[in-house]
Amino acid sequence: MADLHTHIGALELKNPVMTASGTFGYGLEFADFVDLDQIGGIIVKGTTLEPRQGNAYPRMAETAQGMLNCVGLQNKGVDYFCEHIYPEVRKINTAVLVNVSGNSPETYAECARRIAELEDIPAIELNISCPNVRQGGMAFGVTCEGAASVVKAVRAVYPKTLIVKLSPNVTSIADIARAVEAEGADAVSLINTLMGMAIDAERRRPVLSIGTGGLSGPAVKPVALRMVWQVYDAVKIPIVGLGGIMNATDAVEFLLAGASAIEIGTANFIDPAVTVKVVRGIEEYLTRHDFSSVRDIIGLAHVEH
Amino acid sequence: MVQGMKKYVLDLVVKYIERPRRDYVVLHLTDPVAPLPAMLPGQFVEVRVDGSPSTFLRRPISINYVDRRLNELWLLVHAVGAGTRALASLAEGNRLNVILPLGRGFTLPDEATRENREAPTRTSSKTGFEQVVERWLLVGGGVGTAPLLYLGQEVAARGCRPTFLLGGRSASDLLQLDLFRRFGDVCLTTEDGSAGERGFVTQHSLWATADFTRICTCGPKPMMMAVARLARELGIPCEASLENMMACGLGACLCCVEDTTEGNVCVCKEGPVFSTDKLKW
Repeated sequence: MADLHTHIGALELKNPVMTASGTFGYGLEFADFVDLDQIGGIIVKGTTLEPRQGNAYPRMAETAQGMLNCVGLQNKGVDYFCEHIYPEVRKINTAVLVNVSGNSPETYAECARRIAELEDIPAIELNISCPNVRQGGMAFGVTCEGAASVVKAVRAVYPKTLIVKLSPNVTSIADIARAVEAEGADAVSLINTLMGMAIDAERRRPVLSIGTGGLSGPAVKPVALRMVWQVYDAVKIPIVGLGGIMNATDAVEFLLAGASAIEIGTANFIDPAVTVKVVRGIEEYLTRHDFSSVRDIIGLAHVEH
Repeated sequence: MVQGMKKYVLDLVVKYIERPRRDYVVLHLTDPVAPLPAMLPGQFVEVRVDGSPSTFLRRPISINYVDRRLNELWLLVHAVGAGTRALASLAEGNRLNVILPLGRGFTLPDEATRENREAPTRTSSKTGFEQVVERWLLVGGGVGTAPLLYLGQEVAARGCRPTFLLGGRSASDLLQLDLFRRFGDVCLTTEDGSAGERGFVTQHSLWATADFTRICTCGPKPMMMAVARLARELGIPCEASLENMMACGLGACLCCVEDTTEGNVCVCKEGPVFSTDKLKW
C-alpha cells in the first residue's frame, strides 16, 4: 500500500485530502456519511474575532458546472468557536484547522492568537481572499502589500503552521504568493472562489443579494490548476491546491501540478462522502503507477516542455 | 451540538410513477433491500439529478408521503426547470440517489399538546383526566400541498382528524384530493372558481368560524405570510415550511438562510419548518 502521508510545513497529514472551509461546516454535519477520522484534514468554517451575520439571502446561484455564493463569512465569532465548537471538533482524530478572517491586520492577528491557544488546532488557514465582504477579506489578498501586512501581523503572534489562502482575482498570483512567503507563511492554499455574477433575465436583477459572488465547482478547475502550476514555480513553501476537485483524478492532477495536499469544497454538496472516496482513489492511482508514496508525485508534471 | 436523526445516502429505485397532471409526477421510490429510514412530516430529501448537464446541485424535495407497508417514499415533483424536468422524465426501474431525512419537520400533536399545556383547551371529563381536543388546520397552495399529505396522515394517526384547506389557480392545480380526504376534511379554493370557493385560501369561509388549535402551512411565500397573519390575529400557533434555495441541505454552506428573530439561520437544518413567530413576516 502506498504511503499517503504528506507535509504542510511542520504539519503532517495522514493523507493529502482536506475539506475546504465553508463547504464542510465543522465536519460534524457530515459524520453520518463519512468516517471523519479517514480525512487528511478538516478546515472548518471561516472564523472572525466578532460574530457576523453575513450577507442577506439570496446567497447562492447555480451555474454551469458550478455555483456562486455570497455567504459573507457568517459565523458566531472566535469566542463561540473556542467555547462550544472546539470541544467537539477536537475529538475528531485528524488535523482540524481553522480558517481565520478579519477586517484589519489587528483583528486577523487577535483571532489567530486565540486559536493558537487551542492545543488540538495545529494550523490555521488565513483567509485574505473572501470576495464577499466589503471590509477586509479579498481587499488584502489582491495586492502584495495588503497580503504581506496581514501575514506579518499574524506571523508575529501565531507560532504554529500558517497557511495563507490566496485569491485568484489578481493579475499575478505568483507575486502574491512570493509576498506572503517573504513574510513567513508556511504554505499557501489556492484558489479561493473566482468573482462572478448571475442575472435573472425575467426579473432583470442580479440573483445574489450583493450582486456579485464567488464561483466554485468544476467550472473553475482549469484556472485553479494553472495557478497551482505557476505558484509551484514561484515559491519554495508547500502548496495546498483546491478549485473544482470532484474526484480522485482531479486531485491527482493538482498534486502533479505541484500541490502537497488538496482541499475538496463544492463536491461535498453533491456527494457528502466524496472525501474518503478521493483518498481511496489517490491510493489506487499510486498503486497502479507503482509509486510508493504520494510525495513522489508532487509537482511531477513539471518536466521540460 | 444538537444531533438530529441519522441521515443516509441511498440509491432508491423508482417503483412506480404517477402523472396526475401535465408537468407533475409523483415518484414512488423504494429501497429494495431494507426498510426506509425513519422520516417525519415536513422533512425533505436532496436528490441527485443525473443526466441533466445543466443541473449541478442536488434538488431539495419535500416528503410527500411515506407508505411503510409498501416501503415507499413519495416525492411530488413539479417540472419547472431543467433539474425537475429530468426528475419528471425518470422511468420505472431507474435508480435515484437520495440523501434523507433532512431538516426539522412539523410539530406533531403529542409535542404540540405539551407546548400548549397552558393554552385554553376543550377538555373531556369522560376519563377523569384533562384531555386535549386538538383541531388542526393544514393550509397548502400549489405544489406546497405535498408535505401536508404525510403530515395529515401522521396527525390523523395521533387521533386528531385534520382539516385541509388547499388552494390553486384552478381545479387542475389541486392534486391528490382523494388521498387528503382519507385523512381529514378537505376545503378548496381556486382563483378562477373552478373548484371549491373562488379566491385565495385566506378568503375561505371556514375562517369565519375558525376555532382551530394549530395551523400548519406550506406553499408560495405570499400565501404563507397571509396565513401567518390570520393565525396571529386569531391567536392560533402556526408553523410554515420554507423553501429557500439550497446548496448542501446539511447546514454546511449557509446559503439558504432565513432572517429570523434569532438572526440568519439555515432553512435546511433549523427548518424548513418554523414557528411563524420566529419569522420576520
